[in-house]
Amino acid sequence: MAKLLKSGKLGERATRKVILMAVGIVGYGGYVPRYRIKVEDIARIWGEEGYRIKESLGVSEKSVPDLDEDAATMAVESARNAVRHAGISPQSIGALFVGSESHPYAVKPTATIVAEALGATPNLTAADLEFACKAGTTAIQCCMGMVSSDMIEHGLAIGSDTSQGRPSDTLEYTASAGAGAFIIGKENLVAEILGTYSYTTDTPDFWRRPSADFPSHGGRFTGEPAYFKHVVNATKGLMERMKFGPKDVDYVVFHQPNGKFPKEAAKILGIDVKKLEPGLLTPMIGNTYSAASMLGLAATLDVAKPGQHILMTSFGSGAGSDSFLIKVTDGIEKKRSRSVPLSTYINKREHLDYGQYVKFRKKLKSL
Amino acid sequence: MRRVAVVGVGLTKFGENWDHSFRDLITEAGIRALADANMSGADIDALYGGTMAAGRLIGQEHITALIADYMGLNPIPATRVEAACASGSVALRTGYMAVASGIHDHVVVGGVEKMTDVSTGEVASALGGAGDQEWELFMGATFPSLYALMAKRHMHEYGTTEEQMAQVAVKNHYNAARNKYAQYQKEITLETVMKSKVVSSPLKVFDCSPITDGAAVAILAPLEQARKYTDTPIEIVASAQASDKLALHSRESITRLDATMIAAKKAYAQANVEPKDIKVAEVHDCFTIAEIMAIEDLGFCRKGEGGKMTADGATALNSKISINTSGGLKGCGHPVGATGVKQIAEIVWQLRGQAEKRQVTGAEIGLTHNVGGSGATCVVHILKRTN
Amino acid sequence: MMNSSPSSWRRIPERYCLIGTSCETCKANYFPPRLICPKCRRKGKMVDKQYSGIGKVYSYSLVNVPPSGFEIEAPYVLALIELEEGPHLTAQVVDCEEKDVSIGAPVRMVFRKIQESGPHGLIHYGFKFVLSK
Repeated sequence: MAKLLKSGKLGERATRKVILMAVGIVGYGGYVPRYRIKVEDIARIWGEEGYRIKESLGVSEKSVPDLDEDAATMAVESARNAVRHAGISPQSIGALFVGSESHPYAVKPTATIVAEALGATPNLTAADLEFACKAGTTAIQCCMGMVSSDMIEHGLAIGSDTSQGRPSDTLEYTASAGAGAFIIGKENLVAEILGTYSYTTDTPDFWRRPSADFPSHGGRFTGEPAYFKHVVNATKGLMERMKFGPKDVDYVVFHQPNGKFPKEAAKILGIDVKKLEPGLLTPMIGNTYSAASMLGLAATLDVAKPGQHILMTSFGSGAGSDSFLIKVTDGIEKKRSRSVPLSTYINKREHLDYGQYVKFRKKLKSL
Repeated sequence: MRRVAVVGVGLTKFGENWDHSFRDLITEAGIRALADANMSGADIDALYGGTMAAGRLIGQEHITALIADYMGLNPIPATRVEAACASGSVALRTGYMAVASGIHDHVVVGGVEKMTDVSTGEVASALGGAGDQEWELFMGATFPSLYALMAKRHMHEYGTTEEQMAQVAVKNHYNAARNKYAQYQKEITLETVMKSKVVSSPLKVFDCSPITDGAAVAILAPLEQARKYTDTPIEIVASAQASDKLALHSRESITRLDATMIAAKKAYAQANVEPKDIKVAEVHDCFTIAEIMAIEDLGFCRKGEGGKMTADGATALNSKISINTSGGLKGCGHPVGATGVKQIAEIVWQLRGQAEKRQVTGAEIGLTHNVGGSGATCVVHILKRTN
Repeated sequence: MMNSSPSSWRRIPERYCLIGTSCETCKANYFPPRLICPKCRRKGKMVDKQYSGIGKVYSYSLVNVPPSGFEIEAPYVLALIELEEGPHLTAQVVDCEEKDVSIGAPVRMVFRKIQESGPHGLIHYGFKFVLSK
């Protein structure tokens, strides 16, 4: 594969690289809260037919954070799993980024909370990213750059969200909670990141103003001009630049706002939808926003074998898409025993009714 | 060291005293105690006041200056003593030491708490200050929950049952119904306790002492002068105090209070008596499990048998040993700073033969046991009628 | 609640990471940390001790009547946890119901919100525990 991208499409900078020195994933971890609410139970409240909504979204239930959980606590849980899996000292983490659109504070960093809880302070740099649902994968790219330039030994990229949905809005059926954490480094890799490419435009299909409790969205506008355009172009861009095709990858992970979009994107790209299966979690846990593609990647790595290739493309509304080509290394088997498989969290679940859910998400104004 | 006697005691009614302020309560109890001792304010040399949380509950600190002022006792020295729920007993012990040492002759000791001027939540937070704010309360612990942890472990180690704990409440309400000063004047059944709402499992509402306003005052004098003021001086034959780790989690065991065991051992030695010599005792039953642990730690039964002893009726009025004839903290009420002094008043009345419908026949030696927080302070006094 | 920024901040190592102390003289482990060993006093030498966060339930209670600040979380399980290194501490056990908990049940530490200083104040994080298989 070429080290430098050849001239891109019109308007793209010819100097952009897609491939780096050997950089990859040293360890990873995920976290999904224990509580779930079924789509049917939300639909019943609003007089909708649950089976239709379940069918049209391809989602049967979603995760709900406990009252004492937020993006910071979930980030810590996932990061602790990642550090244990990687087998590294927290003090070797030189950069820590937390991507979220539900940071617990409007002003006061999350990443420092996580760094303290990991015992990674004070010799590191850290930052919070807010970049719609792709903030976590953007954090991976930041870490890749810093690791490959030898600024740091290990970078920790986290996507964590307790996403919000206005009662009765379509988002309410899918907006869920979870966190994924990846430790990026050069040695003892479980998977090598062969290259990454981003496709970025301002396409306002989803937003929340500072004073608003819940986000607004563009309805069907979130589909073709937003999700599909960016996911497809980022993926195609990476394929073209790195000269591989749908058949060269064993697994595919796409951002997954619902259970349907990733499959449609795969079809557009000529990818066998079966390759999505291990990483398509939204049908069971809903849309974990910044964590969605990262958790999909974690679940895929849980089953992937050395030598297999994984394609991951994230998407953030108004943010664009990051596409990655990842090759699983022999190192993955050695670290299996230290990992907490994502299935542990996905299978351990307790259902709430809508009243409990309203309390848990503090949707009553008087709470 | 001089021998010390209690020559006068006085209480307010315990309960929700909406029409009494903090200063009204302590003044009323003080007047009664002085009248009981046939003394005038001019006879008093020093004042010690025990209150736990006046700062949180009524926004007032410097409370012994207030008490001395409103009791017309200026300019005598007036000193506040604080040891959570044991504040009253520690104040009494401080007064005892002042008289015994010869520094002061006539000392007034007051205990008082005004708890109903704030919400229940604020009371709970204020009382929480008796525990470890940073490592217990911060985590969501409450006082009932700390005693619930002890109860659960006691059940685990000794097979104590919820019914046995409930029997403590039934007995103490029975006694309270025979004490005109008590907050509760009604007897209750086992079923009432067992069916009451769970506060912190396994403890239910009726396992818990209530929120109470009240004050208690005792007047101390050297024994050799006591007959000037009373025909039946009651001598303080032992005054012992011990401390323990503040937080429950730092203790070696949570099914006993080491501070109680140590203070009791010292007190028995000072008084030269044994547990079997005690016929009446006021023990710290802030929760029913606390009384069960107290009668074990004080040596009235073997460790682990407090529940059985209670259920067998051996602690009822005029049984083997009459425990909490006042109704205890559970039935009489628990104005925290006042409790330790109230226990003294009850034993004084019992030893004088003035305990009316709850009189223990032939009571000559009595014991008080007062605990601060979850057991980090414990004070034991032994009182004896001098003939 | 009595939680100011400095009082919460100075407890971060303990509450976030379960760092306590150990006495090099008598080898006793302490959590929460202490400046002096109560057994050895000035003869003791206290050093930081990282606890694993693994332990078991020593005693527990379901708190139905919470203190202010914990109203929305109630009822919750409060427990004394016996850490595998010896010390006991007070913490909530989450992700479970009272009937799932028993004395001796194995637990491990998780990171959760403990309380908030109102809607405009700081969020105080720290350790809680979950039942481990």
